[in-house]
Amino acid sequence: MKHETPVPAAGAAMQMKTSVFAVPGMRCAGCISKLEKGLSGVEGIAAARVNFGAKRVTLTHDPAFDEPALKAVIGKVGFDAEPLPNDLVETGDSESRMLLRAMAVAGFAAMNIMLLSVSVWSGAEGATRDMFHWLSALIAIPTIAYSGRPFFRSALGALRRGRTNMDVPISIGVLLATGLSLFETAISGPHAYFDGAVMLLFFLLTGRWLDSVMRDRARGGVTQLLRQTARGAYVIGEDGRHRWCEARSLAPGMRMHVAAGERLAADGIIEDGTSAFDLSLLTGESAPQTRGAGDAVLAGTLNLGAPVVVRASAVGADTAIADIARLMESAGQSRSRYVRVADRAARWYAPAVHTLAALSFAGWMFAGAGWHHSLVIAVAVLIITCPCALGLAVPAAQIVASGALMRRGVLVKDGSALERLSEVTTAAFDKTGTLTLGRPVLVNPDVVREADAPVLLALASASRHPLADAVRRHFEGTGIVPAVLTDVTETPGEGVTGRYRGHEAQLVRPSASGDTGMASRFAIGAGTDVLLRFEDTLRPDARATIHQLGALGIDSSILSGDRTEAVADTAAAIGIGAVAALTPAGKLGLIRAMTEEGDKVLMVGDGLNDGPALAAGHVSMAPGSASDVGQNAADAVFLGDSLAPVAAAIRAARRTMAVVRQNFALAIGYNVIAVPLAVMGHVTPLIAALAMSGSSVIVIANALRLRNAAE
Amino acid sequence: MNGLVVLIPVALGLGLAGLAAFFWSVRSGQFEDLDGAAVRVLLDDDEEEAE
Repeated sequence: MKHETPVPAAGAAMQMKTSVFAVPGMRCAGCISKLEKGLSGVEGIAAARVNFGAKRVTLTHDPAFDEPALKAVIGKVGFDAEPLPNDLVETGDSESRMLLRAMAVAGFAAMNIMLLSVSVWSGAEGATRDMFHWLSALIAIPTIAYSGRPFFRSALGALRRGRTNMDVPISIGVLLATGLSLFETAISGPHAYFDGAVMLLFFLLTGRWLDSVMRDRARGGVTQLLRQTARGAYVIGEDGRHRWCEARSLAPGMRMHVAAGERLAADGIIEDGTSAFDLSLLTGESAPQTRGAGDAVLAGTLNLGAPVVVRASAVGADTAIADIARLMESAGQSRSRYVRVADRAARWYAPAVHTLAALSFAGWMFAGAGWHHSLVIAVAVLIITCPCALGLAVPAAQIVASGALMRRGVLVKDGSALERLSEVTTAAFDKTGTLTLGRPVLVNPDVVREADAPVLLALASASRHPLADAVRRHFEGTGIVPAVLTDVTETPGEGVTGRYRGHEAQLVRPSASGDTGMASRFAIGAGTDVLLRFEDTLRPDARATIHQLGALGIDSSILSGDRTEAVADTAAAIGIGAVAALTPAGKLGLIRAMTEEGDKVLMVGDGLNDGPALAAGHVSMAPGSASDVGQNAADAVFLGDSLAPVAAAIRAARRTMAVVRQNFALAIGYNVIAVPLAVMGHVTPLIAALAMSGSSVIVIANALRLRNAAE
Repeated sequence: MNGLVVLIPVALGLGLAGLAAFFWSVRSGQFEDLDGAAVRVLLDDDEEEAE
């Protein structure tokens, strides 16, 4: 079912470039054909291939197209698209694939060996049994050499550092069982454990693969959400022409033309023009700030008003953003020391198992059983206790829970994040964009008379200014049809004017000075003249969520970079404490102080200024509207306007850990029954195989109970 | 018992063939876009010829 477009000529194909775009808006089969057919018909685009699962389109195109041009082409077909950097797209699932191959080999081998083993258990004897054992060895040994590598490598690594992890008992058990079975086969003995060893690898690889798939899936989701924060700028050349230049090739001294609605790609000084800038990503301030010629502006800020010319002063690693990145790096180190629950279990499990096996060997030797018989029993103990169910207990529960959370709109990046989320004792929230929506909302629509609303909507529709957007969002849902205006003009930094039935209609900046920039004057002729006020309102369910967190035993507070008065209003509305006017380093310091007092802090934030705090928190979450820095630093991303997923995620994480503990209990209960049998010497390969698959199935069935954990 | 001489290689051969087919399908990207494959079946290829 491939839809391929013929490439014009082999020579032309050589120079083609490949670009990948995220297209979140595709939802159906129609979208696939619309995108692929619409795009491959365009001159200069040789091929378009949609990946529906990842919501991406890969374009093979003429290098003459730059990113904004391609974005416009996709826009013409009817979809919003964001370019994805190549390094994010290509490093994908190589680990998952390697594990999948190892798992397939182990599964194939396990099935074939099991066929042979069933014949042996059914009573094959003498030469037939020996032949079946040799055949099993023939299949098992290459399989273990291939599929066992992930475990052997990790076990060796741990032993070299003088530590032990789950992979050490696994590796020793598999290798000893294989070696002993080979010896047993050579001397025509009755018991070979090839089936057990290979089946063990198969179950454990399934667990590993699930874990890795979970990480890839969430990473794919987050990649889709990455919003473009200035991946480049239009640079004005000496001949006065504008040329697109990617952020990494910008140099100090270049003059950048920054249109309204664009983000700055580098720090710089304004040379020409005056405009309002949205600094909320950097400082957390929700009100726009006005900057004119000679003022400094920082990379990552959004130009709201008029086009300006900026001379770049610092690029790449020298920008203020890069300072924040360095803070984040140092803050993230404490988290990398977190030990996952499976490895914590292995710390006592591995020595216990090895001691038990050694004691059984010594015991039977002492009883005069002979070294061969004693070794067979010790290996049976190792195989029976091998953490097959333990290896599945954690990933199976976590992948089911993360699937449930994903349907609820929470993307959890890995299993460790779920474990840390369940331990949270305190929550810290950023204000702008996290507790609030981070965009202005019209708060006094009542001042607009019903007859004037169509005119207001028409004026607002003519501008892309955030306040005009807010007006449009408010009135569009009400069924009001925009009036027909003439002579509509937008003056950047001032507002929109037009003529309606002979009167002048205007939606402009209020003339009174000292306002915060969150108001607009709306006037028609002499009859109507009102002031529209805007506020950054709370997210839906913000109060309810904080309340639910309280019920879960989690205290919340606000850490904001905004002005004290603005923060005090929000804090009062929700009813929690707040610290205002914090720098990124200040937020980081407070999080560290809370951690030192023994709290496990959940940091919820969106902006660049939250980055270090997000990295320093025990666990962190960011809304889907966050900056890409915020999304990358956070362990989980929640989608939509509502704040409710934060509480849902914590409840789901706690339920997941409860199931993980149940699974551990099941695995231990199974050992309590099986280990004495093994120590007494009653375990045959048949019993080992039954016990192993039985316990794995029970653990997986228990994990499936988490399907609705997020509701 | 002589049947085993034929049957065992046949069984192993079939299994290996299945494994090889699986490897090939992973390598040729058939597991890259499972949702898309399910939806593409509904696309009408005839449209193109009609145009």
